[in-house]
Amino acid sequence: MIKTDILIIGAGPTGLFAVFEAGLLKLKCHLIDALPQPGGQCSEIYPKKPIYDIPGFPEVLAGDLVNNLMDQIKPFEPGFTLGERAENIEKLEDETFIVTTNKGTKHHAPVVVIAGGLGSFEPRKPPIPNIKNYEDKGVAYIIRDPEIYKDKRVVIAGGGDSALDWSIYLAGIAKEVSLVHRRKDFRGALDSVEKVEELSKIGKINLITDSEVVDLKGEGGLDAVVIRHKDEAVEEQVKEVDAFIPLFGLSPKLGPIADWGLEIEKNAIKVNNSYDYQTNIPGIYAIGDVNTYPGKLKLILCGFHEAAIMCQSAYQRIFPEKRYVMKYTTVSGIDGFDGTRKEAKREVVKSIN
Amino acid sequence: MSDIKITIIDRQGEAHNVDAPTDMNLNLMEVIRMHELAPEGTIGICGGMAMCASCQCYMLNLEHMLPEKAYEEEDMLDQAFFVQDNSRLSCQIPIREDLEGLEIKIAPVSE
Repeated sequence: MIKTDILIIGAGPTGLFAVFEAGLLKLKCHLIDALPQPGGQCSEIYPKKPIYDIPGFPEVLAGDLVNNLMDQIKPFEPGFTLGERAENIEKLEDETFIVTTNKGTKHHAPVVVIAGGLGSFEPRKPPIPNIKNYEDKGVAYIIRDPEIYKDKRVVIAGGGDSALDWSIYLAGIAKEVSLVHRRKDFRGALDSVEKVEELSKIGKINLITDSEVVDLKGEGGLDAVVIRHKDEAVEEQVKEVDAFIPLFGLSPKLGPIADWGLEIEKNAIKVNNSYDYQTNIPGIYAIGDVNTYPGKLKLILCGFHEAAIMCQSAYQRIFPEKRYVMKYTTVSGIDGFDGTRKEAKREVVKSIN
Repeated sequence: MSDIKITIIDRQGEAHNVDAPTDMNLNLMEVIRMHELAPEGTIGICGGMAMCASCQCYMLNLEHMLPEKAYEEEDMLDQAFFVQDNSRLSCQIPIREDLEGLEIKIAPVSE
């Protein structure tokens, strides 16, 4: 069981900055994120894109902003549970919470902060009507262990980097690899596109372009995929396979948090914005893009503000008997949990005789 | 202030004839959100960077008047579902006066 003061769900910029604000109040944080790396959308969707509305930064790349935030919070030694999705929450008799991830990791904290942005990133599923029946029975959206495809007949669908890279990789393991893509153009790294072309010429990858997988067949498990070809006399082809792997990127979903009993409006969590960004469940806060209130703006800078306000309220919840006085970092410096101290240089007073 | 009229068919098939200002640096996705013609969280998820395909629309007319697709838009449409020849990411279409009378249909939400 991981124990902490504030459990933050979502390691995007807002969640990361909350660690800093909590650290100033000597509260420890732990973050859960479904992605394998911190940074949320900034790292996953647009690391190389510039942001122009972070106060004090005329221009900063999203990836650099995340790196800077990681540096900024380092003295406060945040814990991370990455690559796992927060699944269940349980309120104990003493008003504290236990949050369990999809992999069974348990986290215990008196305060839970949802900084989940648009939700957790999940693989996009192609609109094939019966696809759900074959999930884990031949259909997979993520390749966790490529060895399970050894000596298997595999069909991969998609035209991006992951479809190309996995086709190349599996061509060396599987009995047969087919890559189905809607167009002739592939938009991956040039190296990967050339490698796939090469492997296709020597018959290691069966390249099926201008085509789509439209149906799946099999009793109990996957036996075949139905491939529809554009502009060809024979429009549909039934191909016997052992595995079908659609790789169409990731998209964010609010996910299990939607079932936690929180008040939801317009796909976001309603909070009290006149005070502390607490949800309808005392002890659970929501900050950043995931929350909503009258006048809400989904901006990183608003998430930072909400994080600071939320921490004051979280402090009162954890230490109801204490009175906290807000301090400026310029005046007090920063005392890290790792023993480091940052402070302004003192003026030297020395008289000249 | 100069407005143009655009017809937007929502995901339920209902047509809406709406005003779209040309002087606010808006794109088509923002016009759809402005008039709340698709629920929040189901359109313009990436904010308009051509980084998701949640604002995909079918262009029912004036296709020749629209700007060419940039690399990013082609890339996203490659990975999107329900794509047709007249599919565009509406966030990549700025509102200009020559789009008066444009008719579009919002593409279905994908899982």
